[in-house]
Amino acid sequence: MPPLAIRAYTATTALGRGLDAQARALRERRSGLRRNDFAPLAPGEAPLDCWIGRVEGVEEAPLPAHLASWECRNNRLAWLSLQPDGLPEAIAAAVARHGADRVAVIVGTSTSSIGATEEAYARLEGEDRHFPADLSRPLLHTPHSLGAFVAAATGLNGPCVTVATACSSSAKVFAQAARLIQAGLADAALVGGVDTLCGSVVFGFNSLQLVSSEPCLPFDAHRVGLSLGEAGGFAVLERCDADEAPGSLQLRGYGESSDAHHMSSPHPEGLGARLAMVDALARAGIGAERVGYLNLHGTATPANDQIEAFAVASLFPPTLHASSTKGWTGHTLGAAGIVESAIALLALQHGHLPGILNSRVPDPANGPQIRFDNAEVDIDYAMNNSFGFGGNNCSLVFARA
Amino acid sequence: MLSAVVEGIGYWSGGLPSWDAARAYALGGADVADAPSRPSPLLLAANERRRAPETVAVALDVALAACQAAGRDPAALPSVFASSHGDMAITDYMCSTLAREPRTISPTRFHNSVHNAAAGYWTIGAGAMRPATALSALEASFAQGLIEALAQLAAGDEAVLLVGYDGAATGPLAQVAASRGLLGAALVLARPDRRGSAAGPRLRAWLGDGEASAADGKLSARETGNASAAMLPLFEALATRHDRLALPAGAGRILQVELAHD
Repeated sequence: MPPLAIRAYTATTALGRGLDAQARALRERRSGLRRNDFAPLAPGEAPLDCWIGRVEGVEEAPLPAHLASWECRNNRLAWLSLQPDGLPEAIAAAVARHGADRVAVIVGTSTSSIGATEEAYARLEGEDRHFPADLSRPLLHTPHSLGAFVAAATGLNGPCVTVATACSSSAKVFAQAARLIQAGLADAALVGGVDTLCGSVVFGFNSLQLVSSEPCLPFDAHRVGLSLGEAGGFAVLERCDADEAPGSLQLRGYGESSDAHHMSSPHPEGLGARLAMVDALARAGIGAERVGYLNLHGTATPANDQIEAFAVASLFPPTLHASSTKGWTGHTLGAAGIVESAIALLALQHGHLPGILNSRVPDPANGPQIRFDNAEVDIDYAMNNSFGFGGNNCSLVFARA
Repeated sequence: MLSAVVEGIGYWSGGLPSWDAARAYALGGADVADAPSRPSPLLLAANERRRAPETVAVALDVALAACQAAGRDPAALPSVFASSHGDMAITDYMCSTLAREPRTISPTRFHNSVHNAAAGYWTIGAGAMRPATALSALEASFAQGLIEALAQLAAGDEAVLLVGYDGAATGPLAQVAASRGLLGAALVLARPDRRGSAAGPRLRAWLGDGEASAADGKLSARETGNASAAMLPLFEALATRHDRLALPAGAGRILQVELAHD
């Protein structure tokens, strides 16, 4: 594929707002997870006994007045995530160069603003059980709430779509943007994703017995499940110029696949995961040995990590440094793709490769690629894996020009 | 300019359970007598077929019909599933249960609540390891899905499956996310350059500003309440051999579509 320039990128997670907050916590091995204090909406129900990656201060950050009709936790987090790391300036530059009609908005989420729908159901009024007035807004109760809000908040007017393939969503947006730009439907794209904590995911994953009561332990022999998190992140992609500055960041490859196996458990031999990785490497035109860092999907559920470790060991030499960063942020679901792409880009930019937080005893099934300790190594290529329900897989390859 | 050959078409709505039935209706025919009230997707095992959410059932039914019409192996195609709201009966269940007894959420209903449930069941049923995506853009969902499908062809895929579907809103959610009935339609689109003599209308599309085509055809008039009805002017044009239409593409923009029939 023709490489795409990454003009700006950013992430906001339980570690804080923007890239500096992410990079610092990753270097200092300081987790953003806390005991679950996310109150259920049902009267008399205690929070689930688990740990979560909650973004500080969302409750105290209402949307600006001109966007007030979009008010809900997910759109608030989208707005907060659009501000750091020069993103507004990069969006403005893309608009100045190409026009707002030629800049696409392609964002991923798993549940969008369903938290607002849950709240409306908890506060139904009258005998006809209608939504309360402040939540009677159709644009809050649909998966496209996120994409429509981001377009409204940025003024971008190119193709606008919300990708919702569960936890691969905001990785697939990079692939979709690359195709759209290649096909000439846009000259640049704002990609990203946002997911917020809500009852649907906390109690939904709990129903599948996939939530750990302690902070998650990716690839640890004693891992029992995941810690849920919330996050937002974005990147501005554009066709490369003839003279890109040396060291500037690029998207070089993407690979997508399906497990064709089960809605909520991965292919037992990791075939789908492997296909996505092989395809991404092929599109980037590199061998597996060129990848310096791989951010694993690594949810810390027993089955997922085992299968991903197996697929990675079958494909990469022992020299690869691969890690899951979910001990820092929790599993941010539909935002995992953009958050962990941002972490891979940070590793590429600064040579600080994160290890795995809290995990101590490597699972005997882990290959030598899976590293618990941080490392300092300059690398040329970084990769990110994101896998979702429905057996939906996506891998991305990033490089420096 | 994006282009494709329409190799196969699938269609299901209450009373019009196939593309043949829908085309005949669009040309002045009537509903099919004794049509099934619910699609029965043959791709799923019998017990899954009964239990599948209706949105999954309709999406899989039209997807398989389009592949069969195109003579394409379903396992070989990448797929794009476009739906405004996904399955609102499940959203209603999840939100009602969370408001009362959150610890009793059904694990099956939860994993069926993801927007890519239809895409997931399709890949599992068809044995398709090719990429599948699921997207939403309100009334522009199908147009954005068509853009993504055409972009996949432009990026090198030989053929792609595109499915649009929405079901009925239930419970309090119906006050804010209106959708009635059950509707699904699908296209298998192929690269025009590889199929010089292939049967099927040729489609070209581009983004523009302006008004979407009036939804005044017979199929549109029948399905006005469904959230996916915005895709129907394309299917009316395919049935009646019209050559130009515009689908709503979001925020006042349109996707112009030109059809050349054999």
